[in-house]
Amino acid sequence: MALIEVRDLHVHLGESHVLQGVSFEVPEGGVTALLGRNGVGKTTTLRALMGLVPRRGRVSLAGAELTRLPTHRIVQRGVGYVPEDRDVFAGLSVDENLRIAERNGSPRYELVYELFPELKTRGAQKAGTLSGGQQQMVAIARALLNENSVLLVDEPTKGLAPLLVTEVAAALERAAELATVLLVEQNLAVVARVAQQVVVLDGGRVVHAGGAKELLGDPERVRALLGVHGGGH
Amino acid sequence: MSTFILLTITGLGLGAMYFLIASGLSLIYGLMGVLNFAHGAFLTVGAYATWWTSTHVGGGPGAKLLVGAIVGLAVGALLAALVELVLIRPLYERHIEQVLVTVGLALVLSALVEAIWGFDARQFPVPDWLIDTTTIFGANIPNDRFLEIATAVLVFLGLTAFLRYTRYGLIVRAGVENRAMVTALGIDVRKSFTLVFAIGGLAAALAGVLSGVYFGAVDPGRGTSLLIFAFIVVVIGGFGSIGGTAIAAVVVGLVQQYANYYASSGLGDLAVVLLLALVLLARPGGLAPKVAH
Ligand SMILES: Nc1ncnc2c1ncn2[C@@H]1O[C@H](COP(=O)(O)OP(=O)(O)O)[C@@H](O)[C@H]1O
Ligand SMILES: [Mg+2]
Repeated sequence: MALIEVRDLHVHLGESHVLQGVSFEVPEGGVTALLGRNGVGKTTTLRALMGLVPRRGRVSLAGAELTRLPTHRIVQRGVGYVPEDRDVFAGLSVDENLRIAERNGSPRYELVYELFPELKTRGAQKAGTLSGGQQQMVAIARALLNENSVLLVDEPTKGLAPLLVTEVAAALERAAELATVLLVEQNLAVVARVAQQVVVLDGGRVVHAGGAKELLGDPERVRALLGVHGGGH
Repeated sequence: MSTFILLTITGLGLGAMYFLIASGLSLIYGLMGVLNFAHGAFLTVGAYATWWTSTHVGGGPGAKLLVGAIVGLAVGALLAALVELVLIRPLYERHIEQVLVTVGLALVLSALVEAIWGFDARQFPVPDWLIDTTTIFGANIPNDRFLEIATAVLVFLGLTAFLRYTRYGLIVRAGVENRAMVTALGIDVRKSFTLVFAIGGLAAALAGVLSGVYFGAVDPGRGTSLLIFAFIVVVIGGFGSIGGTAIAAVVVGLVQQYANYYASSGLGDLAVVLLLALVLLARPGGLAPKVAH
């Protein structure tokens, strides 16, 4: 059985009907990549799963319906969220950004500091003064601090230098050993490295779902679905 | 020189009251996006609860004032928490409706106070030592000014410590920046809304008590007249910033006193509005960025 089931999800934002009946499943374990051209509604899909935008349809986690729950209850069911623009609290220190994310008495600081040692040395620094890459580390660390069954991660490598992309990809691989990851990612090299499954959105619906290797191995298909060339660039 | 000292300390005392009102307003707006027009009513109700209690307990004016103030503060905090739970919360994220509700509530509460206790000012129990003066560099300063200033300093320190060192304080500071992200970390941010309302109500009631001491009486319009200046303080200080609010409160209190004396009586209010315009032209976001600290 799939860990996450999304059925006929609809979202209206302002005048536009952004999601028009999105349905897909995320199997337990590993990384499922949510792909699609800019503006097709990938971020909106994650925000709808989180209950951050008004939505219609059904979302279930391990068989339990989530759609009626407010955001904080969804998170308490074991869902971690790394938003598209990091959304670290700029006026709070790195330590405070992590501390506010603690949901119980046993936060996993060893794991977080092992993946991102910099966060330890920069603990007292205001998150607003960090580089984009460091802010991304804070955002991922907040989600990894708790034992989650699912992580929703939105474009974690956006705007990062190549070295940092590698570091974030390694962190995602590690995260995928601990939880099921639903990943929005434009960098197909990262997708090829970390994802086993792909779901492709277009025109407000899912237009393709299947294995990551199969899709990425077919440049024609990739171009047709995503409007880019396959092969990682 | 002695006049200048008197004006300065009186201005600081006035600023202290503005700070007590404005700090709650500022946190509520910063965290929830609600401009709370009922905040002045919290002050009025707190002051009337203090006065009413003082007429029902024995002892000298000091004891009456102390017992009355304790009840007044409790009433202010409870009223504010109740308002958040019953009126604001059901309108979650509907800011315009929330603001309209607070406007309506402000009207209803002052009408209620007028209906029960009339339009006339009620005498506040003020012990003699607060009316007596202390001479500083030749200026005779009424002692209540020092009480106002000391209280505001304590509240400022308490609020700062709350924001900096407690879990709820952390949630409030984060929520002022990005409410949605706080909920996306698994936190029920609405609990901190109620708490911030209660703290704001308590501080407003405290301002009610102190204004009762300052003027020697309380009347139904007290909250509304002070609220206007508190709004100006919040705008100048920057929403959601306790430090910015404190600085702005002091500046507004001083400017008002100096202008009233050195320019002409009545010009104080105009000077404050001019100050507001100047600050908004120079720094549209107020003195401080939108970060609670
Ligand atoms: N608050 C909003 N109001 C109206 N339209 C929005 C809003 N947010 C996003 N959209 C629109 O919804 C569509 C999907 O956006 P998004 O989910 O961010 O796409 P993606 O993450 O796939 O790039 C876009 O066309 C965007 O313009
Ligand atoms: Mg996006």
